[in-house]
Amino acid sequence: MNNVPIEYYLILSAFMFAVGTAGVLIRRNAIVVFMCIELMLNSANLTLVAFSSYLGLAAGQVFVFFVMTVAAAEAAVGLAIIIAIFRNKSTVNIDEIHIFKW
Amino acid sequence: MSFDLILFIFFALIAAISSVIMITRPSPVISALFLIINFFSIAGLYLTLNAQFISVVEVIVYAGAIMVLFLFVLMLLNAKDEAVLVAGKSKLKIFAVVIAALVFAQIAYIILWAKPSGGLSPNIEASIKAGTIENIGRELYTKYLLPFEAAGFLLLAATIGALVLAKRKFE
Repeated sequence: MNNVPIEYYLILSAFMFAVGTAGVLIRRNAIVVFMCIELMLNSANLTLVAFSSYLGLAAGQVFVFFVMTVAAAEAAVGLAIIIAIFRNKSTVNIDEIHIFKW
Repeated sequence: MSFDLILFIFFALIAAISSVIMITRPSPVISALFLIINFFSIAGLYLTLNAQFISVVEVIVYAGAIMVLFLFVLMLLNAKDEAVLVAGKSKLKIFAVVIAALVFAQIAYIILWAKPSGGLSPNIEASIKAGTIENIGRELYTKYLLPFEAAGFLLLAATIGALVLAKRKFE
C-alpha cells in the first residue's frame, strides 16, 4: 500500500463491474446471472474498502459489512424464488420463463 | 517494484482472470468454483489494504456461505450445461460486450480524468487502526447502531421469506 496508487484498485473494481455486467447480459442460466450480480457487488465492496483504507476511516468498511449482509439476504431470497419457479416450469433458462405476458 | 505492488498485481491478476473465465464457462458449477477463486483473491486484496476484519468476513460469508448456498441450489436443480453459450445469438453477445466496455470506459474516465481520489496518499497507521475488529465493532455499536439493528430485521425478513418461498405446500 506504500506505492500502489488508489487508482489501481478503482480500475480493477471497474473492470470486475464491467465483466459482471457482460455476464448478466450474456448468460441464460438464472443462477449464473445471480453469481454475476454477486461479482458486481464485490467490485463495489473493493472500491469502498480501498477508499476507507486510504483515508484511514472505518466508515467504508462498516458499509461493506452491511453490503455483505444485504447480499447474503438477497442471495437467499433470490435462490428461493428460483426454486419456486423451477417447481412450476422445470427450467432455470431465462429464455423459457415467460411469466410476464405482454 | 516494491513488494506491495507485486502483491497487488498477483491478487489483481487472479481476480480479473477468474472473473472473465467465470462468465465464459458453459457449466454453472465451474462458474461457481471460479467465482470462489475470485472471492479468495479479493480477500487477499483486502489484506493488502489492512482491512483484516472485512477480509476474513469475505471468506467466511461470501466464499463460505453464499457460494455453498449457490452450489446446493445448483445440485438441487440439477443444472445442465448451457448448450452453447448463447447459441445462435451472436448479436446479443456483441451487444453485451459493447455495453460492458462502455460501462468500463465511463467508470475509468471518471477515475482517471475527473480524479475523485485526487492522488490520495495512503494513511497507513490510521488504516491499520481502522481495519481491526475492535474499531469496526465500536463503530457498529455506537455510531451505526440503527443500521445494525435494521440489518438484523432484514436478515429476519430474508429468513422467513426464503422459508416461505421454498416450502412445498401450506398445511
